Parts: sequence; structure tokens; C-alpha cells
Amino acid sequence: MAKLILKKTPMREQPPEERIHNFNEVPYGYSEEEAVAEANRCLQCKDPPCIAGCPVEIDIPGFINQIALKNFQGAIDKLKETNFLPAICGRVCPQEDQCEKYCVLGKKAESVAIGRLERFAADWEADKGKVKIPPQANPTGKKVAVVGAGPAGLTAAGELIKRGHQVTVFEALHKEGGVLVYGIPEFRLPKAIVAREVDFLRQMGVEFVASFVVGKTQTVDELLEEFDTLFLGTGAGLPWFMQIPGENLNGIYSANEYLTRVNLMKAYLFPQYDTPIVRGKRVATSGGGNVAMDSARTALRLGAEKSMIIYRRSRRELPARIEEIEHAEEEGVKFEFLTLPVAYHADKRGWVKEMECIRMRLGEPDSSGRRRPLPIEGSNFKIPVDVVVVAIGQSPNPLVPSTTPGLETGKHGNITTDVATGRTSKKAVFAGGDIATGAATVILAMGAGKIAAKAINEYLKTGKW
Amino acid sequence: MNRILKKRVLTSEIKLFEVETPLIAKRALPGQFVVLRLNEEGERIPMTIVEARPEEGVILIIFQEVGKSTKQMGTMKEGDVIADVIGPLGVPSEIEKFGRVVCIGGGVGVAPVYPITKALKEMGNYVISIIGARSKDLVLLEERMRAISDELYITTDDGSYGQKGFVSDELQRLIDQGKKIDRAIAIGPVIMMKVVSEVTRPYGIKTIVSLNPIMVDGTGMCGACRVEVGGETKFTCVDGPDFDGHLVNFDLLMNRLRIYEREEKIALEEYGQGKGRNL
Ligand SMILES: Cc1cc2nc3c(=O)[nH]c(=O)nc-3n(C[C@H](O)[C@H](O)[C@H](O)COP(=O)(O)OP(=O)(O)OC[C@H]3O[C@@H](n4cnc5c(N)ncnc54)[C@H](O)[C@@H]3O)c2cc1C
Ligand code: FES
Repeated sequence: MAKLILKKTPMREQPPEERIHNFNEVPYGYSEEEAVAEANRCLQCKDPPCIAGCPVEIDIPGFINQIALKNFQGAIDKLKETNFLPAICGRVCPQEDQCEKYCVLGKKAESVAIGRLERFAADWEADKGKVKIPPQANPTGKKVAVVGAGPAGLTAAGELIKRGHQVTVFEALHKEGGVLVYGIPEFRLPKAIVAREVDFLRQMGVEFVASFVVGKTQTVDELLEEFDTLFLGTGAGLPWFMQIPGENLNGIYSANEYLTRVNLMKAYLFPQYDTPIVRGKRVATSGGGNVAMDSARTALRLGAEKSMIIYRRSRRELPARIEEIEHAEEEGVKFEFLTLPVAYHADKRGWVKEMECIRMRLGEPDSSGRRRPLPIEGSNFKIPVDVVVVAIGQSPNPLVPSTTPGLETGKHGNITTDVATGRTSKKAVFAGGDIATGAATVILAMGAGKIAAKAINEYLKTGKW
Repeated sequence: MNRILKKRVLTSEIKLFEVETPLIAKRALPGQFVVLRLNEEGERIPMTIVEARPEEGVILIIFQEVGKSTKQMGTMKEGDVIADVIGPLGVPSEIEKFGRVVCIGGGVGVAPVYPITKALKEMGNYVISIIGARSKDLVLLEERMRAISDELYITTDDGSYGQKGFVSDELQRLIDQGKKIDRAIAIGPVIMMKVVSEVTRPYGIKTIVSLNPIMVDGTGMCGACRVEVGGETKFTCVDGPDFDGHLVNFDLLMNRLRIYEREEKIALEEYGQGKGRNL
């Protein structure tokens, strides 16, 4: 065996002082040489624990071995056996909590950079220009409606078209991709990549109907008159606010609005694009997940002199991907840990001028296993701000459940499903992704789309519910 | 789909489009709206569905040219296609037999009040309508409103037509005359809706207003459209647009409508420079 190299092959990136002035992707991705070098670090374990850490069980040593052998087509073929969107997952999956967490190398050294290799293989195929269309089963004559073109819906659509069903995807927004187009910024996930994957589905025969709000334009029951079955992948699009004084002042955005304006509507190109955004000088984002990191880093790129993250727990509890936290730190985002906003104060014109916060300390662990933040009485202080982004979470949008009789929901408004099949309480209706789990991850949404597709296929074959 | 089948110029700055949107036309109810986007660079703009004709598959929208997007929209011609039209959105207006209703429209607000008035009339209500404008040539939909009203009053700010004054003055006059009113519907500039709500408040006349905050998606996903009603935050696009005028925080709405004042000016200036640029 070759000598153990302790560190991951570094990935070249735009330097922080440069990249905070543009929206271009931050990491450049591996070159062929770098990818091969990194692939050679893989121990090719007989009983690879990394696979169990992957929600869609990619044959990880298998695809890495192909890269080591310089058979890049082989690598992408292997990936696509189980993962439909590798260019996206390679970029946005929390690998440190999944595959890379279980990598045997990780015990002594840095784990293999599985995510970067996945991204490399997918980009290699795209750069080559010709993407292989997988074989499709003979047409079954069955019609499936997929609601929502996020990762869950796109995956389900891909799996179902492969099995010969006719698939139509209905999307409320004017562009497909879900969070991948409206939420995750260009500098982390170029929109051209999402468009490429959607295009790929189109080439396979999936029909897309954009600007179609199920529950409003037509209801689930109406769609069921035309389609044999339906998959709901409508995501967790309802932004939370904290219900604290002053939260509706000018300059205070939900992360969804802030990111949608910038990503989907391209407000960073205003006035070339019509949608405006307030470019704050001092921007405070409350929250600690990927959404918060994305917002704080977006603020810098919109010209903020100071971009702050206000988080009620400590650095250790930040739920964001490590890479996002590191990138944010490198770019100069300031973190205020153990801090909770309690009110906003306005200037004379009704714009937010100060965020009033209280300091926190960590108490006993709560149900999530993380230590519960407790307020320190009398520790209130004010931070001068001119834009605030509230990124404390989101829950499923009630639009579909509220217009669909017979569809059961749980206490946070998520659609109740059977995890093994994605089946809902309503006949012929399946669901998966954030709408079922609450806000989670791209890969889990894809996994749910895949599971449901399998069950839908069964249902269409047997007619048994 | 989304083709402009008919365009009419109603006043110097107000235009009417009939747009081919069969699915939306089939479902739209009074009080609902669409969100539209003119082209790839366009912003998402909410607009009330003034009329839906399901048999023809068309909806009617009326808009005032105020900012860059609406000015650009005004240059579109019959046969042109609007990139996206999404809807019907929002909760339909409450249409019941209330008895005697007053329907009030100010400026371009007459357009959204029209379908509600019509539905209330068809429901068997006694309809008193008050429509107002700055001056005579800006009075909107007079004939249509007259046809569905038992009584119609017109006001103009400058007195060039009808009563001189505001719609709220006319309402006060009717109340003072002792007219029994069971419900009021008021749509127009925020200040007008606020004043009308203040006029009716002492008499306990339930007053419904239709709010017009800035929106992005129109489906409850962003919170741009949040307003305060009875001290609670609501999303206008999914909880409204109709709300109880006696509970609405109008000052907050007015404030939030000014968020992009600066950007709107920039957009308009840029657009002016590139004049002639068409869709
Ligand atoms: C800013 C941000 C950053 C994130 N970063 C990461 C990350 O780095 N890694 C990661 O793994 N996860 C990340 N996530 C989470 C991840 O994006 C989601 O878990 C995932 O997208 C869920 O997929 P989905 O298909 O269930 O829903 P979504 O992606 O939300 O897609 C749902 C789609 O359904 C549409 N829809 C909703 N209602 C209707 C309707 N009534 N009719 C028609 N269409 C409808 C929506 O418009 C949307 O397009 C992030 C989320 C956000 C918001
Ligand atoms: S417009 Fe986005 S929530 Fe209402």
C-alpha cells in the first residue's frame, strides 16, 4: 500500500478577498490529477462503512476506484446507478455527517474527500458535453403527476420516467429546482448545474409545467382525475419569524425572501434585472444553519461592510456544514455566539436601526441532545444594523394540505407518510422530502423521492394500496 | 397561453388587458389575484383578477403605470405573451347576503372592487357604490359599476366630475343621511382605506379592505407581504388579501410600501434612458 497521506488533497478556491466581490462559485473543483491523487488515498475497504453513511447508498469505493483507474466515465456511471444528482450532492451534502464521517481513514487522518470526488466525476461528464441518457423501460401508459420540482420531485420524476411511466412535474415558481434555485446561492451551487439536470430530465421525456400552484391553479383531487398517482414534494417553504417586537420594520427579511430575491430573481444584477434588494452596510443574520451562512455570505457580496451571524448556542452546535462555516469565517463574517435577538428598534423613517439582543448560556441537553440555551437576565445590548435576515428555520407550506381533503398532517404541518414507501393517508398520493420530514437535506429529499418512486411503480403495477 | 388578446387604454395611465389563461379563468373567484412576470429579467408583480371568463379562457387585468415594470407592461401589444401568469392566488372575498353593502373604489382600486361588487349584487345585496378619482378623465369603470349598483356616487378630488372631495367624504355624507349600512368594502390607496375604516369604525360597520403590499412569490413562501392585523403578523398573499379594516395596521403597510422607493427611481431612470426598448 502506498504511504498514507494524512490530509485531503486540497481543492483550489477563489481567495476570500476576491470572492466576496462576486457571485462566482468559490471552489474550483479538482483537476484530473488531483482527483486521481485523492482517489488513491481510498483504502478500498472490503466492508466499506462509508456506504452505510450515505442516505442513497452510493457504491463509494466503487466509483472512487474508477477515478483511481482514470476511468472517469466508469466513475460517473457508478454514481448514477444510485445518485441522480451527483454534481449537486458533491457540492451541498453534509459529507462530514454522512459518508466521510465513517471513512476508516478518518480515524487516523483526514477522511477521503468523497464529496469532492463525486463533484469531480459529475463535472467531468458535464464538461465532456455529452451526458448519457439511461435506458428506459417500455411505456406503461400510466401517468404520474409530481408536485414540486425540488430534489425530491426531480428524483422521483427521473426514477419514474426510467420505468416507462409518463411524468409531468408541476412547479409553483417559474423555474425548476426548488431550494436549489431559490435558496442556495450561485457561489455555492451554480444555477447552470441545476438547469442542466432539469434539462436532462426533459430529454428523458419528463414534462415540466412551471408557474402552476397545486391547490390554487388546480387541486390534488382535480389532478387525480387526470393522473393515476401523484407525488408531493412541495418542500418546507414557510419561513419562520420570531414574533418579537419590530420584526416587520423595513430592512428585515426572512432568509427565504432575501435569498429568493438574490438567487431566483437575480437582484444582485439590479437594475439589469428588475427585482431590487436592500444592500445593507451592517447586516445581521439570525440563525446558525446553512441558510444563515448563505444569507450572511450573500450580504457580503451585496456590499455589506459588516456581516454578522447571531446564534443562540455556541460554535460547536452550529448546524451548518463545516465547509460553509469555514468559508463564512474566511470571508470575514462575524459570529456572535450565545446571543438571541429579542427586539428591533426603528429610526425615524421606520427602518430597522438596532437589533436588541440578550446573551445566553448553555444549560442541560434538550431532546435534540444539544445543550439548551438559557437567557442571562439583564444582559441586553444593542447592535447597530440596517438589514436583518431571519434564518431560524422554515416549515412545510400548508397550501397543498389545506386544499386536499383526506391528507393527514403532523403537528408541524408536515404530511404524514409511511417512511418505507412515502405513502400518505390519501389513496394514490405519495409524498417525500422536506414536506414530510420538515426542513432537512438535499440528499434525504432525493432518497425519499427514490423510495416513493419505487412504491409508486409497485402501486401502478398492482393497483394495490 | 398568457397571450394578451385585447388591450384597452382606459385613462392616460391606466390600461386593461385580456389575457388568455384558461386554467386560471376556470377557478378564479372575486378577490383573487395573479402574480405575473413580464420577461426573463422581470420582477414578480401581483395584480387583481378584475374578471374571469371561463368559457373564453380569459382573465381581465387593469393596471396603472407607476413604476418601471408597469410602464413596460403598458408598451405590450395585443398578441404579445407575458412570460408567467400564476394564480388564482389569495383567499376569495367573502360573498354573502349581508343586506346593504357599500362598495368603495379609489383610483385604480375601482378595478379590484368591481368583481366583488358584482358578486355581492348577484348574491342579492342592495349595493351602494362610491368611486373616486383625482379628476374626471381618471374615473374608472363608471358604466360597469353603474350597471351593478343600486346607487352609484362619484367623487373627484378637483370637483371636475361628481362630488368634489374624497370617497370617504361621500361615505360620511351617506352615513349622516341615516343610510343603513351592513358592510363596507373599500379598495384603493392605503391612505384611502385607512380613512374609510376610520369613518365606519364609530358606527361599527364591518369594513373589508384589500391590501396591496410588495410581494415576491405570492404563495406564502417569503413573507415579503407581511402585514399586521389585530396585532398579529399575516401573510397577505395566503391569509388575505382581504382583511378587516378596523384591525389593519395601515401605517406599517404604508411604511413597507416605501422599502424600494430609491430602487424604483433608479429603475425608472434606467428605463427612461433606454426608451423605445421593447419587450
Ligand atoms: C438556503 C438553503 C441552503 C441549504 N443548504 C443545504 C445544503 O448545503 N445541503 C443540504 O443537503 N441541504 C441544504 N438545504 C436544505 C435542502 O435544500 C432541502 O432539504 C431540500 O431542497 C428539500 O428538497 P424538497 O424537494 O423536499 O423541497 P424543495 O427543494 O423545497 O422543493 C419544493 C418545490 O415545490 C414547490 N412547491 C411548493 N408548493 C407547491 C405547490 N403548491 N404547487 C407546486 N409546486 C409547489 C416549491 O416551489 C419548490 O420548488 C438548504 C436549504 C436552504 C433554504
Ligand atoms: S408574497 Fe411571499 S409570502 Fe406572500
